[in-house]
Amino acid sequence: MVLGRAFEDKCAKMYYDRKMLGFVHLYNGQEAVSTGFIRLLKQQDSIVCTYRDHVQALSKGVSARAVMSELLGKATGCSRGQGGSMHIFSRKHNMLGRFAFIGEGIPIATGAAFTSKYKREVLKEADCGHVSLAFFGDGTCNNGQFYECLNMAALWKLPIVFVVENNLWAIGMSHLRATSVPQIYKKGPAFGMPGVHVDGMDVLKVREVAKEAIGRARRGEGPTLVECETYRFRGHSLADPDKLRDPAEKAHYAARDPITALKKYLIENSLANEADLKAIDKR
Amino acid sequence: MLAIARQRMLGQSFKKILPAVSVLRSYSSAAKQITVREALNSALDEEMSADPKVFLMGEEVGEYQGAYKITKGLLEKYGPERVLDTPITEAGFTGIGVGAAYYGLKPVVEFMTFNFSMQAIDHIINSAAKSNYMSAGQISVPIVFRGPNGAAAGVGAQHSQCYAAWYASCPGLKVLSPYNSEDARGLLKAAIRDPDPVVFLENELLYGESFPVSDEVLDSSFCLPIGKAKIEREGKDVTITAFSKMVGYALKAAEMLEKDGIYAEVINLRSIRPLDRSTINTSVRKTNRLITVEEGFPQHGVGAEICASVVEESFSYLDAPVERIAGADVPMPYAANLERMAVPQVEDIVRAAKRACYRSELEGY
Repeated sequence: MVLGRAFEDKCAKMYYDRKMLGFVHLYNGQEAVSTGFIRLLKQQDSIVCTYRDHVQALSKGVSARAVMSELLGKATGCSRGQGGSMHIFSRKHNMLGRFAFIGEGIPIATGAAFTSKYKREVLKEADCGHVSLAFFGDGTCNNGQFYECLNMAALWKLPIVFVVENNLWAIGMSHLRATSVPQIYKKGPAFGMPGVHVDGMDVLKVREVAKEAIGRARRGEGPTLVECETYRFRGHSLADPDKLRDPAEKAHYAARDPITALKKYLIENSLANEADLKAIDKR
Repeated sequence: MLAIARQRMLGQSFKKILPAVSVLRSYSSAAKQITVREALNSALDEEMSADPKVFLMGEEVGEYQGAYKITKGLLEKYGPERVLDTPITEAGFTGIGVGAAYYGLKPVVEFMTFNFSMQAIDHIINSAAKSNYMSAGQISVPIVFRGPNGAAAGVGAQHSQCYAAWYASCPGLKVLSPYNSEDARGLLKAAIRDPDPVVFLENELLYGESFPVSDEVLDSSFCLPIGKAKIEREGKDVTITAFSKMVGYALKAAEMLEKDGIYAEVINLRSIRPLDRSTINTSVRKTNRLITVEEGFPQHGVGAEICASVVEESFSYLDAPVERIAGADVPMPYAANLERMAVPQVEDIVRAAKRACYRSELEGY
């Protein structure tokens, strides 16, 4: 989480120094979701996200150097500078892509889950309990592709977890202004899968829920919809003036910063001390 | 998904209602300058004011003042019933817009970028473009689809495609692409008033550019005809056709060519469908040489159609093979140096013009 936060802050600095171009969408504040889920995965498990993807890449094991080079358009980047910030791919780590259009990644992740099941049942390959994770936001939950995939994943019992990073805002559009039934997790049962809501600012809670959902998928019991209530500390992208969000709301979530919360927990429960934590920061 | 912040301060909206339309251009000494953004905003404002059936819908068009600030101030002026912020569901809201048009309203649907229109393309083509024909004229669809099209700067493959060729190949659609502020105002007003579906392709990098406009252009009844190209610069040696941002590049190329004694005629297409074949062919019959310029992919592009048209209608007037300059045949790369190579540059146009005139490409360097 600390690496993710430091990485994103560095991106911001480079963007404002005009070293980085185009669209850059940072993940500050949402680190608990990425870490909570992805750290439980194996290398062959796949993930698909939308454009807010740097930290997911890092969590999945793509080197920070490769991601940063990609953002700077260098040939040493993970896509040789051809993809950019919004399109981080890594075959090796099974990071199947980031997509610019919201909702686009969900069918792709569902397809990867389909492949996993097919390999096991049709091709009879051993050791194919691979799971797919699709990460997307609250804005995506009003998009047709989301519903189409919930339906098919449940119908065919695919090994996928749909992870909603509900940070309440889609650029300047509040989730409440855009959605008739704002509780996204309720949409799971409508399609025949469990729908779970979790505090996305608490990495340990996220991890608990993730374990259960990923376990379900691996055992062949089908998909799960997990709604993580989280928040992005920065604007939608580095070009977003971010005028519409209420400062009180921002302050409320800043007080629930996942990194600070975990630090506090570790120290209170004597799992680590200040010195250990400082050592992590330094790295 | 915002553009790189070019935070120009928007001028006041243009509410000057001048007395009855003057057909003559007024050559007032102090030519006013407005940005393309202001031109589009004022056109929307005036058309909404003139006709209560006109309404806007799209992502962030209201409270956010427009992802690229084209709709700034319109929510405050016309209220949330006429300026609708939609959820992120292009297929859904485009379909809703088309349905509203079937039943008598005049929607202006904004796509944050035309790349997103692909999620709604079924409604644009099948529900909007084809209905007038399929219903033998009973259903008319007075809808406008507008937004930025083509490459911006460093936004990657999924945000940089040009859709002019795809939409312009479809009967039942009109496709317009403005270059300067006069085009932006006149063509958008024409599009909104038109009874048929119009695809209006803007360019993000042009939004902040200023151009001089006459009083006639600023009048609220100003309108440009659809299907008519404009000769931006007259010449006698080679015809260069372009639209949108490439018009600016073609004009710069023409200046460079003049220094070498080549006088290029630059045509601003303005209208991709219907294409002004008459103006293009008349020009080629005068200059005997043709270069077409576009940012989009080369295969089956706008240039391909223009070349075919000229070969069909003016073959015996040609003194050199027709040539089309287009973007590279590759998804738009992200890295800045690669992006520069994937899009036509002024030098490419100059070299092509010299080739057409059988002049050595090294002359003048």
